[in-house]
Amino acid sequence: MSDYQHEVEELERKSATAARLFDVRRIIGGLFVVYGVIVTIAGITASDADLKKAQDININLWTGLGMLALGLFFLAWMKLRPVVAPAPEETGAAAGGTSGSASGTTD
Amino acid sequence: MITMAEGLRLPTNGLDYTILAIYFAVVLGIGFAAKRSVKTSLDFFLSGRSLPAWVTGLAFVAANLGATEILGMAANGAQYGAYTVHWYWIGAIPAMVFLGLVMMPFYYGSKVRSVPEFLLHRFGPSSHLLSSIIFAVSSVLIAGVNLYAMAIVLEALLGWPEWVAIVVAGFFVLAYITIGGLSSAIYNEVLQFFVILAALIPLTIVGLKRVGGWDGLTSSLTDSHGADFLTAWGGTGIGESNPLGANWLTIVLGLGFVMSFGYWTTNFAEVQRALSAKNGSAAKRTPLIAAFPKIFIPLVVVVPGLIALVMEPSLGKTKDGLQYNDAIPVLMRDLLPNGVLGIAVTGLLAAFMAGMAANVSSFNTVFTNDIWAAYLKKGREDAYYLKTGRVVTAVGVLIGMGTAFIASSFSNIMNYLQTLFSFFNVPLFVVFIIGMFWKRTSAAAGFWGLLSGTVAAMVNYFWFYKQGIISIPSDQGANFVSSIVAFVVGAVVMFVITLVTKPKSAESLAGLVYGTTSPGMEELPAEGDDAWYRKPALLGWSAVVLAALCYIPFSF
Repeated sequence: MSDYQHEVEELERKSATAARLFDVRRIIGGLFVVYGVIVTIAGITASDADLKKAQDININLWTGLGMLALGLFFLAWMKLRPVVAPAPEETGAAAGGTSGSASGTTD
Repeated sequence: MITMAEGLRLPTNGLDYTILAIYFAVVLGIGFAAKRSVKTSLDFFLSGRSLPAWVTGLAFVAANLGATEILGMAANGAQYGAYTVHWYWIGAIPAMVFLGLVMMPFYYGSKVRSVPEFLLHRFGPSSHLLSSIIFAVSSVLIAGVNLYAMAIVLEALLGWPEWVAIVVAGFFVLAYITIGGLSSAIYNEVLQFFVILAALIPLTIVGLKRVGGWDGLTSSLTDSHGADFLTAWGGTGIGESNPLGANWLTIVLGLGFVMSFGYWTTNFAEVQRALSAKNGSAAKRTPLIAAFPKIFIPLVVVVPGLIALVMEPSLGKTKDGLQYNDAIPVLMRDLLPNGVLGIAVTGLLAAFMAGMAANVSSFNTVFTNDIWAAYLKKGREDAYYLKTGRVVTAVGVLIGMGTAFIASSFSNIMNYLQTLFSFFNVPLFVVFIIGMFWKRTSAAAGFWGLLSGTVAAMVNYFWFYKQGIISIPSDQGANFVSSIVAFVVGAVVMFVITLVTKPKSAESLAGLVYGTTSPGMEELPAEGDDAWYRKPALLGWSAVVLAALCYIPFSF
């Protein structure tokens, strides 16, 4: 192994990302729940002009509900499959992450 | 480049601005929350090589889904019709799969921190320095293009003065990358991916209803533009004419092979996302996971371009009227009520910032690791390079603002970006592909292949094409041809020089050339990576087959 590879391994060992970086699912879930609620309310209170503009589709209502569902999906996924923190003696190369997946293309 | 027509002002209200303000707050919040995870320079530049594949995969596709790409591809849809799908199904998917299955083991397994660093170990300092400098310059340039494009769009849509847009967006990008590093850039990209979809999907649905569904859309466009406009291959025989100005051979070789492989496999702004994955399997799967959304993005980008053409047949017809780039803004103005409109504005702004952030976060890595630490200030402690990375980020954003105006002489943003990519990325791809597969390739061949390929593309574009020495019907067609020229010249030069120079020793190439592995670098598969849906080969080939199937409705 060459010098730079030792250096990168050393940095991987000292790296704090795996242990201390928060879960992005919390942010996606939180933002989409908030957006979903705001846009759904806009849909419930939509004016006739709004409906006419969007070709008689209550697009705020449907988009809002869709965003709300996506947000709840991410929060539920995080709850069901929490990130496993890497064990302290483990070296950087095989650091932990989500241990499973809900969508089939994850981890 | 883009000019926005008068009268595109969106009827935004307080609700829309509330949605936008929440987004800005979250963007900054991610930066601050990611700060505590940045302890080493590896955390800052590559997220400590520890992110899960679905995060890096979505960031991989989002880094390419900047607003210039969205507006530009909708513009191409309105201008060239269904031919635009070539940029996705033949011009992206095969290259993304090749990156994941063939090249990623070398990139990730050799533990390099950037694409230029791979050149350093495979070839040597001269090609390393050349590609690092070219990359640093081009990424700052492209960050500037993004920023300038955003200022024009925001001025037209929201009435913000250009300087306000540049300062606000520049400041946010600068802040969240300087504080949180690549983790913060990647997390924002993942978020941006979902917000932009939440904007484009409703836009497409309402738009389709307006023009009478898919049948209404196709019959209107067939009446006004002819039957070929909605096919992918109609009129692309050699010697025939079509709106794209390219024949099937230049599409397949120029766009599908040379240009797209050059962009997707060597552009560090993309590859960096995969290098931040937590293990070799996750790194391989990064571009493969990204390929699936990429296949379906034309549905919500190119289709709106076509819809806009039906709703506003004057699009792109006059110099002062609506331009092709206005396609998506026109739909936003005419179809979206407040609420969803706020989501759409937020998505567009998020896409501009993410596109710029991808360039800035790759620029700071290459400049700090490959130029500063490799040649100017060697052997300092890690904390010094971490600090340098933060300063370089700020300087990069500021220079990006300054370079924005170089872009102003081109009419279509995508043409401009692709002209640059054909000059820089294609020769880089030649050097990589030959260097990875032909052990004998010498250090000098790497350098001269890179240089001659870049020069050949520029000569072809600016001299042969622009001076009219050879006749190519459009800028797009000329880009495709320039890429092929760069590839052939680079490859020939490398071959000749390798034959007359000394090859590198076998032990110095371990883990860098096909068929070798570095000693002590074998990696045990992580738990759960043997699940069938995580098999890279299955993911990769499924994406290729799916992309090929997508061509069927547009081929007959």
